[in-house]
Amino acid sequence: MKIDSNGSEYRDIWVLAELVGDDIHRVTFELLGVARNLASKLSKVKNREEEVVCVVLGSGLSEESRKRLFAGYADKLIIVDDEALRVFNDNIHAAVVSRLVRKYRPEVLISGATSRGRSVMPRVAVEVETGLTADCTGLDIDEDSGLLLQTRPAYGGNIIATIKCENYRPQMSTVRPGVFKLPEADFSRTGVVVQEELTEEEKVSRLRVLEEQTIEDATVNLSDAKIIVTGGRGVKGPDGFKVIEEFARAIGGAVGASRAAVDSGWISYAHQVGQTGQTVQPKIYIACGVSGQIQHLVGMQSSDFIIAINKDSEAPIMKLADVAIVGDLFEVIPEIVKLVRRDDELKKAV
Amino acid sequence: MKIVVCIKQVPATTEVSIDPETKRLVREGVEIMMNPFDTYALEEGLLLREAHGGEVIAISMGPKRTEATLREALACGADRAILLNDRVLGGSDTFATSYALSRAIAKIGNVDLVITGKQAVDGDTAQVGPGIAAHLGWPQAAYVSRVIESDSKHLVLERMHETGYDVCSLELPGVITVLKDINSPRVPTLKGRLASRKASINIWNASAISADLTKIGLNGSPTRVVATRSPDARDKHTIILDGSPEESARELVKILKQRIKL
Repeated sequence: MKIDSNGSEYRDIWVLAELVGDDIHRVTFELLGVARNLASKLSKVKNREEEVVCVVLGSGLSEESRKRLFAGYADKLIIVDDEALRVFNDNIHAAVVSRLVRKYRPEVLISGATSRGRSVMPRVAVEVETGLTADCTGLDIDEDSGLLLQTRPAYGGNIIATIKCENYRPQMSTVRPGVFKLPEADFSRTGVVVQEELTEEEKVSRLRVLEEQTIEDATVNLSDAKIIVTGGRGVKGPDGFKVIEEFARAIGGAVGASRAAVDSGWISYAHQVGQTGQTVQPKIYIACGVSGQIQHLVGMQSSDFIIAINKDSEAPIMKLADVAIVGDLFEVIPEIVKLVRRDDELKKAV
Repeated sequence: MKIVVCIKQVPATTEVSIDPETKRLVREGVEIMMNPFDTYALEEGLLLREAHGGEVIAISMGPKRTEATLREALACGADRAILLNDRVLGGSDTFATSYALSRAIAKIGNVDLVITGKQAVDGDTAQVGPGIAAHLGWPQAAYVSRVIESDSKHLVLERMHETGYDVCSLELPGVITVLKDINSPRVPTLKGRLASRKASINIWNASAISADLTKIGLNGSPTRVVATRSPDARDKHTIILDGSPEESARELVKILKQRIKL
């Protein structure tokens, strides 16, 4: 919505919660922590109290979940509880969020840059006519204008851009999961609950979710993984990936793959890291038998700590890595796994 | 089935630079290519046309040299191509871009399905596909990895998310954004290449699509890039372990323990 004067009718920082089944996705708590920080800064600039509002669309949100959201620094919950919201439907979710935005006029609206967040937020932005910045890795409030400063990588992380949305509200961003630290929960906090209803019109959708297939295996979920062990061409075949998988399980990580490995049919596309796969940013990225072509590097170079295992000490990945192990992955990995399994301290930590 | 495939021309490298004055990407002298995800979008369009008849229309927005990328789409088998080209469209963000594309789709008329790639590899936003759907008021399915069933009225498809798949039914007209996994794009035939060189590409400007000038270009874009910088340089110090596998493993586990504690 385009603002005419100073836009003072817009207030508060909204976080769109993401539910996974009956549970709340970790990114929601990361965002509430960020939102708390933004709200404090914005309160100072505007010289009035700005709140953190968490919008929850779902079915049967438990009392326990409400408590956790307040403990995670939400001041207010806007809950829309309806059976039609049990599964994720871009169209229904976007319609509801858009209506709430028009009704309450938030200053800022953020969600996780998950596949769901990135499906629903562009729809909301268009429906309410405002800007949206994708996959942010930094959010701040400008101390003079009170505007949201949105930082994001582009061109595979080779450029970091700061983006503003000056004349439209709300200022909207999707935020990359795992970038912001989880704030410590404070269970002494309480807050206000506002219930909203889904309208009959909103329940009608030309998209229907017929079936949900959840893969329980944690080695598949790259975006939530703190550690990713990736296999490349050097893994040599599907059997080689068993070694990678064993390594990942031993240290509590997910399994990644280079494009070469996926295109050879050694492992499914859900594991592909890189330009035509997923962009990941784990705490520890371990590349095994990956040469490190630029299309792969752009998908993982923002990882906090990079370990490479490769026979070729001159491979590009070895130059990017914090730790470069020169050697045969089939000899090195079993040794690592052996040590990890023996190490009680490490076993507990993962 | 009348299918529109949206295609973006992107730099063939990620080693890009920014003009310090305009804060725009330096595009001169940079090699270009079709956005990789769009090659899958195009292939899916061609497969659906082969199954149901109809036509595939490739559409792009950009400067004149974008014609080269549209010709590639024609060489692969698209029936015709449209380029949105107008100075007033320059500087459009995802809101303005998806608006302009939705206007063009409305002008084409009677479109059943719009297919885009999951995202463009330069901007990485993944916002234009859903944006088009919202501007048109059509349903959408993003991150589609498989079309299971299709007829002239609906698609049954699989969309991927972080922890699995949803099987969805999408009533047409609608918009889908596709992943790499969905198909294997064909290579243009020599005949196709030759024909594409002679094919004429429709050039539409802002008035041809009856665009509201307050919703396009830099002025119609809600977001603005206010600063760009290079990413923080990584700590260049690489620890090299090149001893025996046992030694390297022992050293690495020590380092892993420290990192995991952090």
